[in-house]
Amino acid sequence: MKQAGGWLWRVSLANLFFLYGPIAVLILFSFNASRLSATWQGWSLQWYRALWADQALLDAAGNSLWVATVSTVLALLLGVGLAVGLEGLPGRRQRQIEQALLLLPLVIPEVMMGVSLLLLFVLVQIPLSLTTVILGHALFNVPVVMIVVRARLRRLDPRLVEAAADLGASYWGALRHVTIPLLKPAILGAGLMAFTISLDDFIVTFFTAGPGATTLPLKVYSMIKSGMSPEINALSALFVMVSMGLIGFSLVLQRR
Amino acid sequence: MKVFSPAGRALSSGRAASWWLLGPGVLWMGLLFFLPLCLVVVISFAGRGTYGGIVWSFSLANYLDLLHPLYARILGQSILLAAGTTLLCLIMGFPLAYYIARTAPRRQGIWLLLVMIPFWTNFLVRTYAWMFILRTEGLLNTILLKLGLIATPVELLYSNTAVVIGLVYGYLPFMVLPLYVALERVDRTLVEAAWDLYATRWAVLWRIILPLARPGIMAGCLLVFIPSLGAFLTPDLLGGARSMMIGNLIQHEFLVARDWPLGAAISCLLMLFVVGMMGWSFRASSPLSQRKQEL
Repeated sequence: MKQAGGWLWRVSLANLFFLYGPIAVLILFSFNASRLSATWQGWSLQWYRALWADQALLDAAGNSLWVATVSTVLALLLGVGLAVGLEGLPGRRQRQIEQALLLLPLVIPEVMMGVSLLLLFVLVQIPLSLTTVILGHALFNVPVVMIVVRARLRRLDPRLVEAAADLGASYWGALRHVTIPLLKPAILGAGLMAFTISLDDFIVTFFTAGPGATTLPLKVYSMIKSGMSPEINALSALFVMVSMGLIGFSLVLQRR
Repeated sequence: MKVFSPAGRALSSGRAASWWLLGPGVLWMGLLFFLPLCLVVVISFAGRGTYGGIVWSFSLANYLDLLHPLYARILGQSILLAAGTTLLCLIMGFPLAYYIARTAPRRQGIWLLLVMIPFWTNFLVRTYAWMFILRTEGLLNTILLKLGLIATPVELLYSNTAVVIGLVYGYLPFMVLPLYVALERVDRTLVEAAWDLYATRWAVLWRIILPLARPGIMAGCLLVFIPSLGAFLTPDLLGGARSMMIGNLIQHEFLVARDWPLGAAISCLLMLFVVGMMGWSFRASSPLSQRKQEL
Protein backbone atom coordinates (compact mmCIF):
# COMPACT_ATOMS: atom_id res chain seq x y z
CA MET A 1 0.00 0.00 0.00
CA LYS A 2 2.68 2.46 -0.96
CA GLN A 3 0.24 5.06 -2.31
CA ALA A 4 -1.49 5.22 1.06
CA GLY A 5 1.74 5.64 3.02
CA GLY A 6 1.61 9.41 3.43
CA TRP A 7 -2.06 9.31 4.32
CA LEU A 8 -1.52 6.63 6.98
CA TRP A 9 1.33 8.61 8.48
CA ARG A 10 -0.79 11.72 8.75
CA VAL A 11 -3.68 9.84 10.39
CA SER A 12 -1.26 8.25 12.84
CA LEU A 13 0.15 11.64 13.78
CA ALA A 14 -3.40 12.94 14.24
CA ASN A 15 -4.01 10.03 16.63
CA LEU A 16 -0.95 10.95 18.66
CA PHE A 17 -2.08 14.57 18.68
CA PHE A 18 -5.43 13.43 20.03
CA LEU A 19 -3.69 11.37 22.76
CA TYR A 20 -1.15 13.98 23.82
CA GLY A 21 -2.89 17.28 23.04
CA PRO A 22 -5.10 17.42 26.13
CA ILE A 23 -2.24 16.42 28.45
CA ALA A 24 0.04 19.06 26.88
CA VAL A 25 -2.67 21.73 27.20
CA LEU A 26 -3.16 20.85 30.85
CA ILE A 27 0.55 21.11 31.66
CA LEU A 28 0.93 24.34 29.68
CA PHE A 29 -1.99 26.08 31.35
CA SER A 30 -0.85 25.07 34.82
CA PHE A 31 1.86 27.74 34.32
CA ASN A 32 -0.67 30.35 33.21
CA ALA A 33 -0.76 33.57 35.26
CA SER A 34 -4.47 34.14 34.63
CA ARG A 35 -7.21 32.94 36.94
CA LEU A 36 -9.58 32.84 33.96
CA SER A 37 -7.78 29.73 33.05
CA ALA A 38 -8.43 29.41 29.29
CA THR A 39 -6.76 32.67 28.22
CA TRP A 40 -2.99 32.92 28.29
CA GLN A 41 -1.53 35.76 30.34
CA GLY A 42 2.09 34.87 30.79
CA TRP A 43 4.12 32.39 32.82
CA SER A 44 3.70 31.92 36.53
CA LEU A 45 4.38 29.35 39.23
CA GLN A 46 1.78 30.76 41.59
CA TRP A 47 -0.61 27.77 41.34
CA TYR A 48 2.16 25.38 42.31
CA ARG A 49 2.97 27.62 45.26
CA ALA A 50 -0.72 27.60 46.21
CA LEU A 51 -0.66 23.77 46.24
CA TRP A 52 2.32 23.74 48.57
CA ALA A 53 0.47 25.99 51.03
CA ASP A 54 -2.65 23.78 51.15
CA GLN A 55 -2.37 21.62 54.27
CA ALA A 56 -5.35 19.37 53.41
CA LEU A 57 -3.71 18.61 50.08
CA LEU A 58 -0.40 17.73 51.70
CA ASP A 59 -2.21 15.41 54.11
CA ALA A 60 -3.94 13.73 51.17
CA ALA A 61 -0.56 13.34 49.45
CA GLY A 62 0.81 11.74 52.61
CA ASN A 63 -2.14 9.32 52.70
CA SER A 64 -1.62 8.45 49.03
CA LEU A 65 2.06 7.69 49.54
CA TRP A 66 1.33 5.51 52.59
CA VAL A 67 -1.43 3.57 50.78
CA ALA A 68 0.70 3.11 47.66
CA THR A 69 3.74 1.93 49.65
CA VAL A 70 1.97 -0.61 51.86
CA SER A 71 -0.31 -1.95 49.11
CA THR A 72 2.65 -2.32 46.73
CA VAL A 73 4.64 -4.34 49.27
CA LEU A 74 1.60 -6.57 49.87
CA ALA A 75 0.91 -6.99 46.14
CA LEU A 76 4.57 -7.84 45.51
CA LEU A 77 4.68 -10.51 48.22
CA LEU A 78 1.47 -12.15 47.00
CA GLY A 79 1.99 -11.59 43.27
CA VAL A 80 5.59 -12.83 43.10
CA GLY A 81 4.56 -15.89 45.13
CA LEU A 82 1.76 -16.60 42.67
CA ALA A 83 3.96 -16.09 39.61
CA VAL A 84 6.78 -18.33 40.86
CA GLY A 85 4.44 -20.90 42.38
CA LEU A 86 2.49 -21.28 39.13
CA GLU A 87 5.65 -22.39 37.32
CA GLY A 88 5.76 -25.54 39.46
CA LEU A 89 2.28 -26.69 38.45
CA PRO A 90 1.31 -28.78 35.43
CA GLY A 91 0.39 -26.73 32.35
CA ARG A 92 -3.35 -27.28 32.42
CA ARG A 93 -3.72 -26.35 36.10
CA GLN A 94 -1.51 -23.31 35.45
CA ARG A 95 -3.85 -22.01 32.78
CA GLN A 96 -6.93 -22.55 34.94
CA ILE A 97 -5.52 -20.60 37.87
CA GLU A 98 -4.11 -17.95 35.58
CA GLN A 99 -7.43 -17.37 33.87
CA ALA A 100 -9.33 -17.11 37.14
CA LEU A 101 -6.81 -14.92 38.96
CA LEU A 102 -5.53 -12.81 36.10
CA LEU A 103 -8.11 -12.41 33.43
CA LEU A 104 -11.24 -11.95 35.51
CA PRO A 105 -9.92 -9.19 37.81
CA LEU A 106 -8.51 -7.37 34.78
CA VAL A 107 -11.73 -7.32 32.77
CA ILE A 108 -14.31 -6.87 35.53
CA PRO A 109 -15.32 -3.18 35.50
CA GLU A 110 -13.62 -1.33 38.32
CA VAL A 111 -16.94 -0.09 39.69
CA MET A 112 -17.86 -3.72 40.36
CA MET A 113 -14.66 -4.29 42.26
CA GLY A 114 -15.29 -1.19 44.37
CA VAL A 115 -18.91 -2.05 45.10
CA SER A 116 -18.23 -5.68 45.97
CA LEU A 117 -15.41 -4.70 48.35
CA LEU A 118 -17.68 -2.12 50.00
CA LEU A 119 -20.30 -4.84 50.50
CA LEU A 120 -17.74 -7.22 52.01
CA PHE A 121 -16.35 -4.63 54.43
CA VAL A 122 -19.78 -3.53 55.58
CA LEU A 123 -21.13 -7.07 56.01
CA VAL A 124 -18.03 -8.25 57.90
CA GLN A 125 -18.16 -4.98 59.86
CA ILE A 126 -14.70 -3.73 59.05
CA PRO A 127 -14.91 0.07 59.37
CA LEU A 128 -13.88 1.92 56.21
CA SER A 129 -10.52 3.62 56.62
CA LEU A 130 -7.13 3.87 54.94
CA THR A 131 -6.64 0.18 55.78
CA THR A 132 -9.60 -0.89 53.66
CA VAL A 133 -8.22 1.26 50.82
CA ILE A 134 -4.87 -0.54 51.15
CA LEU A 135 -6.63 -3.93 50.97
CA GLY A 136 -8.47 -2.82 47.81
CA HIS A 137 -5.32 -1.56 46.13
CA ALA A 138 -3.37 -4.68 47.00
CA LEU A 139 -6.23 -6.63 45.40
CA PHE A 140 -6.11 -5.04 41.95
CA ASN A 141 -2.33 -4.89 41.95
CA VAL A 142 -1.74 -8.62 42.54
CA PRO A 143 -2.64 -9.51 38.91
CA VAL A 144 -0.46 -6.65 37.64
CA VAL A 145 2.58 -7.94 39.55
CA MET A 146 1.78 -11.46 38.40
CA ILE A 147 1.74 -10.48 34.70
CA VAL A 148 5.04 -8.60 34.82
CA VAL A 149 6.90 -11.24 36.83
CA ARG A 150 5.53 -14.15 34.79
CA ALA A 151 6.62 -12.46 31.56
CA ARG A 152 10.15 -12.34 32.94
CA LEU A 153 10.02 -15.91 34.32
CA ARG A 154 9.13 -17.25 30.87
CA ARG A 155 12.29 -15.72 29.44
CA LEU A 156 14.57 -17.18 32.12
CA ASP A 157 16.81 -20.05 31.16
CA PRO A 158 15.37 -23.11 32.97
CA ARG A 159 18.83 -24.70 32.92
CA LEU A 160 19.99 -22.22 35.56
CA VAL A 161 17.59 -23.60 38.15
CA GLU A 162 18.32 -27.18 37.05
CA ALA A 163 22.04 -26.51 37.44
CA ALA A 164 21.44 -25.19 40.95
CA ALA A 165 19.46 -28.33 41.78
CA ASP A 166 22.19 -30.54 40.31
CA LEU A 167 24.66 -28.80 42.58
CA GLY A 168 22.52 -29.83 45.55
CA ALA A 169 20.41 -26.73 46.08
CA SER A 170 16.97 -27.34 47.57
CA TYR A 171 13.87 -25.83 45.96
CA TRP A 172 13.97 -22.91 48.39
CA GLY A 173 17.74 -22.54 47.99
CA ALA A 174 17.46 -22.33 44.21
CA LEU A 175 14.63 -19.88 44.57
CA ARG A 176 16.55 -17.65 46.94
CA HIS A 177 19.94 -17.74 45.25
CA VAL A 178 19.03 -18.13 41.57
CA THR A 179 15.44 -17.31 40.63
CA ILE A 180 14.79 -14.27 42.82
CA PRO A 181 18.08 -12.48 41.98
CA LEU A 182 17.37 -13.03 38.28
CA LEU A 183 13.85 -11.69 38.71
CA LYS A 184 15.00 -8.57 40.57
CA PRO A 185 14.59 -6.07 37.69
CA ALA A 186 11.11 -7.44 36.91
CA ILE A 187 10.11 -7.31 40.59
CA LEU A 188 11.29 -3.70 40.84
CA GLY A 189 9.51 -2.83 37.60
CA ALA A 190 6.30 -4.50 38.79
CA GLY A 191 6.58 -2.67 42.11
CA LEU A 192 6.91 0.71 40.42
CA MET A 193 3.96 -0.08 38.19
CA ALA A 194 1.80 -1.18 41.13
CA PHE A 195 2.88 1.93 43.06
CA THR A 196 1.84 4.19 40.18
CA ILE A 197 -1.51 2.45 39.69
CA SER A 198 -2.23 2.75 43.40
CA LEU A 199 -1.24 6.43 43.42
CA ASP A 200 -3.57 7.04 40.44
CA ASP A 201 -6.55 4.96 41.49
CA PHE A 202 -9.83 6.71 42.00
CA ILE A 203 -12.72 4.26 41.71
CA VAL A 204 -11.80 1.50 44.16
CA THR A 205 -10.59 4.17 46.60
CA PHE A 206 -13.85 6.08 46.19
CA PHE A 207 -15.84 3.05 47.38
CA THR A 208 -13.50 1.78 50.09
CA ALA A 209 -12.31 4.99 51.77
CA GLY A 210 -13.83 5.96 55.08
CA PRO A 211 -14.33 9.49 56.34
CA GLY A 212 -11.01 11.29 56.74
CA ALA A 213 -9.19 8.73 54.57
CA THR A 214 -8.71 11.12 51.66
CA THR A 215 -6.14 10.25 49.03
CA LEU A 216 -4.87 12.64 46.39
CA PRO A 217 -7.22 11.47 43.57
CA LEU A 218 -10.22 11.74 45.94
CA LYS A 219 -9.08 15.28 46.73
CA VAL A 220 -8.73 16.13 43.02
CA TYR A 221 -12.21 14.74 42.39
CA SER A 222 -13.81 16.85 45.12
CA MET A 223 -11.91 19.91 43.85
CA ILE A 224 -13.22 19.29 40.30
CA LYS A 225 -16.75 18.75 41.60
CA SER A 226 -16.69 22.03 43.53
CA GLY A 227 -15.63 24.03 40.48
CA MET A 228 -12.71 24.63 38.14
CA SER A 229 -9.62 26.38 39.41
CA PRO A 230 -6.06 26.76 38.13
CA GLU A 231 -4.81 24.89 41.21
CA ILE A 232 -6.38 21.72 39.77
CA ASN A 233 -4.38 22.26 36.58
CA ALA A 234 -1.16 22.46 38.59
CA LEU A 235 -2.03 19.39 40.65
CA SER A 236 -3.02 17.45 37.50
CA ALA A 237 0.17 18.44 35.74
CA LEU A 238 2.20 17.16 38.71
CA PHE A 239 0.22 13.93 38.64
CA VAL A 240 0.88 13.38 34.94
CA MET A 241 4.59 14.07 35.26
CA VAL A 242 5.04 11.79 38.30
CA SER A 243 3.09 8.89 36.70
CA MET A 244 4.94 9.18 33.41
CA GLY A 245 8.29 9.28 35.19
CA LEU A 246 7.51 6.25 37.34
CA ILE A 247 6.08 4.21 34.47
CA GLY A 248 8.97 5.13 32.18
CA PHE A 249 11.42 3.95 34.84
CA SER A 250 9.39 0.77 35.36
CA LEU A 251 9.38 -0.06 31.64
CA VAL A 252 13.16 0.44 31.46
CA LEU A 253 13.58 -2.01 34.34
CA GLN A 254 11.30 -4.57 32.67
CA ARG A 255 13.25 -4.42 29.41
CA ARG A 256 16.50 -5.39 31.10
CA MET B 1 15.50 -42.11 35.95
CA LYS B 2 15.77 -38.51 37.00
CA VAL B 3 14.13 -39.26 40.33
CA PHE B 4 17.48 -40.32 41.75
CA SER B 5 19.33 -37.19 40.71
CA PRO B 6 19.42 -34.20 43.07
CA ALA B 7 17.63 -32.17 40.40
CA GLY B 8 14.78 -34.67 40.36
CA ARG B 9 14.44 -34.52 44.11
CA ALA B 10 14.38 -30.72 44.07
CA LEU B 11 11.77 -30.71 41.34
CA SER B 12 9.46 -33.20 43.01
CA SER B 13 9.60 -31.35 46.33
CA GLY B 14 8.91 -28.29 44.22
CA ARG B 15 5.31 -29.35 43.65
CA ALA B 16 4.50 -29.02 47.35
CA ALA B 17 6.60 -25.87 47.68
CA SER B 18 4.72 -24.33 44.75
CA TRP B 19 1.52 -24.56 46.71
CA TRP B 20 3.15 -22.82 49.68
CA LEU B 21 4.03 -19.94 47.36
CA LEU B 22 0.65 -19.89 45.63
CA GLY B 23 -1.45 -20.36 48.75
CA PRO B 24 -1.44 -16.84 50.20
CA GLY B 25 -2.16 -15.23 46.82
CA VAL B 26 -4.96 -17.65 45.99
CA LEU B 27 -6.47 -17.15 49.45
CA TRP B 28 -6.17 -13.37 49.10
CA MET B 29 -7.89 -13.28 45.72
CA GLY B 30 -10.53 -15.70 46.99
CA LEU B 31 -11.37 -13.62 50.05
CA LEU B 32 -11.21 -10.16 48.47
CA PHE B 33 -12.25 -10.86 44.89
CA PHE B 34 -14.39 -13.98 44.55
CA LEU B 35 -16.15 -13.89 47.92
CA PRO B 36 -17.30 -10.24 47.45
CA LEU B 37 -18.57 -11.04 43.94
CA CYS B 38 -20.56 -13.94 45.39
CA LEU B 39 -21.95 -11.58 48.05
CA VAL B 40 -23.13 -9.24 45.31
CA VAL B 41 -24.95 -12.12 43.62
CA VAL B 42 -26.57 -13.24 46.90
CA ILE B 43 -27.66 -9.73 47.87
CA SER B 44 -29.15 -9.07 44.45
CA PHE B 45 -31.89 -11.52 45.47
CA ALA B 46 -32.46 -9.96 48.90
CA GLY B 47 -34.90 -7.22 49.85
CA ARG B 48 -34.38 -3.66 51.01
CA GLY B 49 -35.19 -2.56 54.56
CA THR B 50 -37.07 0.64 55.32
CA TYR B 51 -33.91 2.51 56.29
CA GLY B 52 -31.69 1.17 53.54
CA GLY B 53 -30.51 -2.04 55.24
CA ILE B 54 -30.68 -5.51 53.75
CA VAL B 55 -33.61 -7.81 54.45
CA TRP B 56 -32.58 -11.44 53.97
CA SER B 57 -35.24 -12.92 51.80
CA PHE B 58 -35.35 -14.44 48.35
CA SER B 59 -37.11 -12.66 45.53
CA LEU B 60 -36.62 -11.66 41.93
CA ALA B 61 -38.11 -8.22 42.64
CA ASN B 62 -34.83 -6.36 42.05
CA TYR B 63 -34.41 -7.88 38.63
CA LEU B 64 -38.01 -7.13 37.72
CA ASP B 65 -37.40 -3.53 38.81
CA LEU B 66 -34.73 -3.29 36.13
CA LEU B 67 -37.44 -3.61 33.48
CA HIS B 68 -38.76 -0.21 34.57
CA PRO B 69 -38.40 2.24 31.63
CA LEU B 70 -36.16 4.53 33.69
CA TYR B 71 -33.56 1.79 34.26
CA ALA B 72 -34.05 0.18 30.88
CA ARG B 73 -33.26 3.52 29.24
CA ILE B 74 -29.99 3.87 31.16
CA LEU B 75 -29.01 0.29 30.31
CA GLY B 76 -29.83 0.81 26.63
CA GLN B 77 -28.01 4.12 26.53
CA SER B 78 -24.91 2.59 28.12
CA ILE B 79 -24.82 -0.09 25.44
CA LEU B 80 -25.23 2.52 22.69
CA LEU B 81 -22.53 4.82 24.09
CA ALA B 82 -20.14 1.89 24.57
CA ALA B 83 -20.85 0.62 21.05
CA GLY B 84 -20.29 4.10 19.57
CA THR B 85 -17.02 4.39 21.48
CA THR B 86 -15.89 1.00 20.21
CA LEU B 87 -16.69 1.88 16.59
CA LEU B 88 -14.88 5.23 16.80
CA CYS B 89 -11.84 3.58 18.41
CA LEU B 90 -11.79 1.02 15.59
CA ILE B 91 -12.01 3.69 12.87
CA MET B 92 -9.30 5.82 14.49
CA GLY B 93 -7.11 3.00 15.73
CA PHE B 94 -7.02 0.85 12.62
CA PRO B 95 -4.96 3.19 10.40
CA LEU B 96 -2.62 3.85 13.33
CA ALA B 97 -2.16 0.15 14.08
CA TYR B 98 -1.65 -0.56 10.37
CA TYR B 99 0.94 2.17 10.11
CA ILE B 100 2.85 0.88 13.16
CA ALA B 101 2.74 -2.70 11.86
CA ARG B 102 4.20 -1.62 8.51
CA THR B 103 6.84 0.82 9.74
CA ALA B 104 10.47 -0.18 10.25
CA PRO B 105 10.72 -2.69 13.14
CA ARG B 106 13.13 -0.53 15.14
CA ARG B 107 10.58 2.30 15.15
CA GLN B 108 7.60 0.08 16.09
CA GLY B 109 8.62 -0.10 19.74
CA ILE B 110 8.71 3.67 20.08
CA TRP B 111 5.31 4.08 18.43
CA LEU B 112 3.76 1.44 20.71
CA LEU B 113 5.29 3.12 23.73
CA LEU B 114 3.86 6.47 22.61
CA VAL B 115 0.41 4.88 22.33
CA MET B 116 0.69 3.27 25.78
CA ILE B 117 2.12 6.16 27.83
CA PRO B 118 -1.11 8.20 28.09
CA PHE B 119 -2.85 5.06 29.32
CA TRP B 120 -0.47 5.00 32.27
CA THR B 121 -1.28 8.52 33.40
CA ASN B 122 -4.08 9.25 35.83
CA PHE B 123 -7.49 8.66 34.25
CA LEU B 124 -9.17 11.25 36.46
CA VAL B 125 -6.67 13.89 35.36
CA ARG B 126 -7.03 12.98 31.68
CA THR B 127 -10.80 13.29 31.96
CA TYR B 128 -10.36 16.64 33.69
CA ALA B 129 -8.23 17.81 30.75
CA TRP B 130 -11.27 17.37 28.51
CA MET B 131 -13.43 19.36 30.92
CA PHE B 132 -10.86 22.13 30.66
CA ILE B 133 -11.02 22.01 26.85
CA LEU B 134 -14.75 21.48 26.29
CA ARG B 135 -16.50 23.62 28.92
CA THR B 136 -18.29 26.81 27.97
CA GLU B 137 -15.40 29.08 29.06
CA GLY B 138 -12.95 26.37 28.01
CA LEU B 139 -10.07 26.34 25.59
CA LEU B 140 -11.98 25.22 22.50
CA ASN B 141 -14.67 27.88 22.86
CA THR B 142 -12.05 30.55 23.60
CA ILE B 143 -10.13 29.67 20.44
CA LEU B 144 -13.24 29.42 18.24
CA LEU B 145 -14.48 32.78 19.54
CA LYS B 146 -11.10 34.44 18.93
CA LEU B 147 -11.03 33.09 15.39
CA GLY B 148 -14.52 34.40 14.84
CA LEU B 149 -15.84 30.98 13.84
CA ILE B 150 -18.66 31.18 16.38
CA ALA B 151 -20.44 34.17 17.88
CA THR B 152 -21.53 32.62 21.17
CA PRO B 153 -19.88 29.77 23.11
CA VAL B 154 -21.07 26.27 22.21
CA GLU B 155 -22.32 23.95 24.95
CA LEU B 156 -20.03 20.94 24.48
CA LEU B 157 -19.46 19.64 27.97
CA TYR B 158 -22.12 17.67 29.87
CA SER B 159 -23.42 15.82 26.83
CA ASN B 160 -23.29 12.34 25.34
CA THR B 161 -20.81 13.62 22.76
CA ALA B 162 -18.43 14.66 25.52
CA VAL B 163 -18.82 11.23 27.16
CA VAL B 164 -17.94 9.43 23.92
CA ILE B 165 -14.92 11.72 23.36
CA GLY B 166 -13.73 10.97 26.89
CA LEU B 167 -14.23 7.22 26.50
CA VAL B 168 -12.48 7.07 23.11
CA TYR B 169 -9.64 9.09 24.59
CA GLY B 170 -9.34 6.70 27.53
CA TYR B 171 -9.57 3.39 25.70
CA LEU B 172 -8.00 3.99 22.27
CA PRO B 173 -4.75 2.26 23.36
CA PHE B 174 -6.75 -0.91 24.13
CA MET B 175 -7.86 -1.00 20.51
CA VAL B 176 -4.50 -0.21 18.94
CA LEU B 177 -2.45 -2.88 20.73
CA PRO B 178 -4.38 -6.03 19.72
CA LEU B 179 -4.92 -4.60 16.21
CA TYR B 180 -1.19 -4.07 15.90
CA VAL B 181 -0.47 -7.64 17.02
CA ALA B 182 -2.89 -9.03 14.42
CA LEU B 183 -1.81 -6.72 11.57
CA GLU B 184 1.85 -7.35 12.23
CA ARG B 185 1.25 -11.04 11.58
CA VAL B 186 -0.51 -10.48 8.24
CA ASP B 187 1.70 -11.99 5.57
CA ARG B 188 2.94 -9.16 3.33
CA THR B 189 3.31 -11.46 0.35
CA LEU B 190 -0.46 -12.06 0.33
CA VAL B 191 -1.06 -8.32 0.07
CA GLU B 192 1.54 -8.03 -2.67
CA ALA B 193 -0.02 -10.93 -4.55
CA ALA B 194 -3.39 -9.15 -4.44
CA TRP B 195 -1.77 -6.01 -5.84
CA ASP B 196 -0.14 -8.04 -8.60
CA LEU B 197 -3.55 -9.44 -9.49
CA TYR B 198 -4.86 -5.88 -9.92
CA ALA B 199 -7.01 -5.81 -6.77
CA THR B 200 -8.22 -2.34 -5.88
CA ARG B 201 -7.18 -0.75 -2.61
CA TRP B 202 -10.59 -1.53 -1.09
CA ALA B 203 -10.51 -5.12 -2.26
CA VAL B 204 -7.13 -5.60 -0.58
CA LEU B 205 -8.48 -4.13 2.63
CA TRP B 206 -11.83 -5.96 2.66
CA ARG B 207 -10.79 -9.33 1.27
CA ILE B 208 -7.24 -9.79 2.50
CA ILE B 209 -6.31 -7.58 5.45
CA LEU B 210 -9.58 -7.42 7.40
CA PRO B 211 -10.30 -11.18 7.37
CA LEU B 212 -6.73 -11.92 8.48
CA ALA B 213 -6.87 -9.28 11.22
CA ARG B 214 -10.22 -10.53 12.54
CA PRO B 215 -8.97 -11.96 15.86
CA GLY B 216 -7.25 -8.65 16.62
CA ILE B 217 -10.32 -6.64 15.69
CA MET B 218 -12.48 -8.78 17.96
CA ALA B 219 -10.05 -8.54 20.86
CA GLY B 220 -9.72 -4.79 20.44
CA CYS B 221 -13.46 -4.24 20.29
CA LEU B 222 -13.98 -6.35 23.40
CA LEU B 223 -11.23 -4.57 25.32
CA VAL B 224 -12.79 -1.19 24.51
CA PHE B 225 -16.44 -2.19 24.85
CA ILE B 226 -16.20 -3.83 28.29
CA PRO B 227 -14.59 -0.95 30.20
CA SER B 228 -16.72 1.60 28.30
CA LEU B 229 -19.87 -0.23 29.34
CA GLY B 230 -18.81 -0.17 32.99
CA ALA B 231 -17.46 3.38 32.88
CA PHE B 232 -18.13 5.57 35.89
CA LEU B 233 -15.78 8.52 35.94
CA THR B 234 -16.19 9.67 32.32
CA PRO B 235 -20.00 9.97 32.33
CA ASP B 236 -19.83 11.33 35.88
CA LEU B 237 -17.56 14.23 34.92
CA LEU B 238 -18.25 14.82 31.23
CA GLY B 239 -21.86 13.68 30.97
CA GLY B 240 -24.98 15.69 31.57
CA ALA B 241 -27.98 14.87 33.70
CA ARG B 242 -29.23 12.50 30.98
CA SER B 243 -25.90 10.81 30.19
CA MET B 244 -26.03 8.39 33.13
CA MET B 245 -24.46 5.00 32.43
CA ILE B 246 -24.63 1.63 34.24
CA GLY B 247 -21.59 2.48 36.38
CA ASN B 248 -23.20 5.69 37.59
CA LEU B 249 -26.46 3.89 38.30
CA ILE B 250 -24.62 1.30 40.43
CA GLN B 251 -22.80 4.04 42.32
CA HIS B 252 -26.07 5.94 42.79
CA GLU B 253 -27.90 2.93 44.20
CA PHE B 254 -25.07 2.04 46.58
CA LEU B 255 -23.92 5.44 47.84
CA VAL B 256 -26.85 7.82 47.28
CA ALA B 257 -30.14 5.91 47.19
CA ARG B 258 -28.79 3.23 49.59
CA ASP B 259 -30.78 0.53 47.81
CA TRP B 260 -28.04 -2.10 47.94
CA PRO B 261 -30.05 -5.07 46.68
CA LEU B 262 -31.07 -3.15 43.56
CA GLY B 263 -27.50 -1.92 43.08
CA ALA B 264 -26.32 -5.51 43.42
CA ALA B 265 -28.84 -6.67 40.80
CA ILE B 266 -27.58 -4.06 38.32
CA SER B 267 -24.00 -5.14 39.10
CA CYS B 268 -24.92 -8.76 38.41
CA LEU B 269 -26.43 -7.81 35.08
CA LEU B 270 -23.24 -5.97 34.13
CA MET B 271 -21.10 -8.90 35.29
CA LEU B 272 -23.24 -11.35 33.31
CA PHE B 273 -22.76 -9.19 30.23
CA VAL B 274 -18.99 -8.99 30.68
CA VAL B 275 -18.46 -12.67 31.46
CA GLY B 276 -20.83 -13.70 28.68
CA MET B 277 -18.99 -11.65 26.09
CA MET B 278 -15.65 -12.97 27.28
CA GLY B 279 -16.87 -16.53 27.08
CA TRP B 280 -18.23 -15.93 23.61
CA SER B 281 -14.95 -14.43 22.41
CA PHE B 282 -12.98 -17.29 23.94
CA ARG B 283 -15.02 -19.73 21.97
CA ALA B 284 -14.71 -17.71 18.76
CA SER B 285 -10.93 -17.62 19.06
CA SER B 286 -8.53 -16.89 21.85
CA PRO B 287 -7.81 -13.21 21.34
CA LEU B 288 -7.61 -12.22 24.99
CA SER B 289 -4.56 -14.33 25.54
CA GLN B 290 -2.79 -12.02 23.11
CA ARG B 291 -3.40 -9.00 25.26
CA LYS B 292 -1.83 -10.60 28.28
CA GLN B 293 1.44 -10.93 26.43
CA GLU B 294 1.18 -7.35 25.26
CA LEU B 295 0.75 -5.89 28.70
